[in-house]
Amino acid sequence: MIVHLVVLLACQLAGEVISRAAGLPLPGPVLGMALLFAALLALPGLAARIAPTTRGLLAHLSLLFVPAGVGVVGHLDTLGSDGIALMTALLVSTVLAIAAGVGAFLAVARLVGAKPS
Amino acid sequence: MIGSDPAQIWTYLSRDPLLWLTATLVAYAIGDAAFRAAGRRPLVNPVLVAVALLALLLRGTGTPYAAYFEGAQFVHFMLGPATVALAVPLHANLGRIRATALPMLAGLLVGSVVALVSAVAIGAALGLRGETLLSLAPKSATAPVALGVSETIGGAPNLTAVLVILTGIIGAIVATPLLNLLRVRDWRARGLAVGVAAHGIGTARAFQVNETAGAFAGIGMGLNALLTALIAPLLAPWLVALLTG
Repeated sequence: MIVHLVVLLACQLAGEVISRAAGLPLPGPVLGMALLFAALLALPGLAARIAPTTRGLLAHLSLLFVPAGVGVVGHLDTLGSDGIALMTALLVSTVLAIAAGVGAFLAVARLVGAKPS
Repeated sequence: MIGSDPAQIWTYLSRDPLLWLTATLVAYAIGDAAFRAAGRRPLVNPVLVAVALLALLLRGTGTPYAAYFEGAQFVHFMLGPATVALAVPLHANLGRIRATALPMLAGLLVGSVVALVSAVAIGAALGLRGETLLSLAPKSATAPVALGVSETIGGAPNLTAVLVILTGIIGAIVATPLLNLLRVRDWRARGLAVGVAAHGIGTARAFQVNETAGAFAGIGMGLNALLTALIAPLLAPWLVALLTG
């Protein structure tokens, strides 16, 4: 458990350092995800060992957004008089983006003959 | 005697991280229980329920957000390691990912561009201008990227932070009914599109539904972070000038 957390934190730390040092437009944790992915490819036994910890963490990924969500409630007034226009734009754009993304994925999958899951 | 006066106990607790850390976990447990009791209906989103409960509690007790965050920061902190942990389902689905590299790329490009262009276009049509419109552009990317982009292109990062979280919650709520309506049964396509459009909160929702969808959502989120960081600074100012100039 401790070793598993060390693996995750070390990847995040390395991601933060590389991102800042190289001025990359990626947040440290996202780069850390890429680093851990590379480590999993390089060390075949690692995935099975850390999987119980990461599964537990990801099963409650929603929980981790609660503090930021509470912060948003306090800042809802920053939407100001533009609130309705902004909410409409967010809602419609999110629906369109999901539908378009799914459509593009399925169309290309059909085109290249990828097997359906 | 110290401690016998409820006001003194409250003074102690309200300054201590323990109270608000516990409250955050309890609120989420209630949200999760409500979600299950409602037959896992997406509208009863555990994040939304927990946030609403905590916001009421903070307002009722007159607690400032900074005091709440003293406790909640421990939960917030775990977002970093959890993002790193997304590499594990990614690795577990390597075979599926290799087989769908091109469809994934198409879903990423189209989803990301539609998210940005449609948000700015709808905002402009509804009368939004300048800084507000620029703040809206990167809202589908994960928060740290979106805030950085917003600052670069002349948006208001504070406003973008609110819009990013709202986008995630909207995505988590609409994804399942929308994709069922569209009769999409491919978990890879569903997950990827939700991760691209609604970052980590969408990914969290995808994991609740299906592990493959979760893995693909994680990739969608990660790749869209990169893509938004690259294209939004070029595309958004031009688009805003075009639509409102």
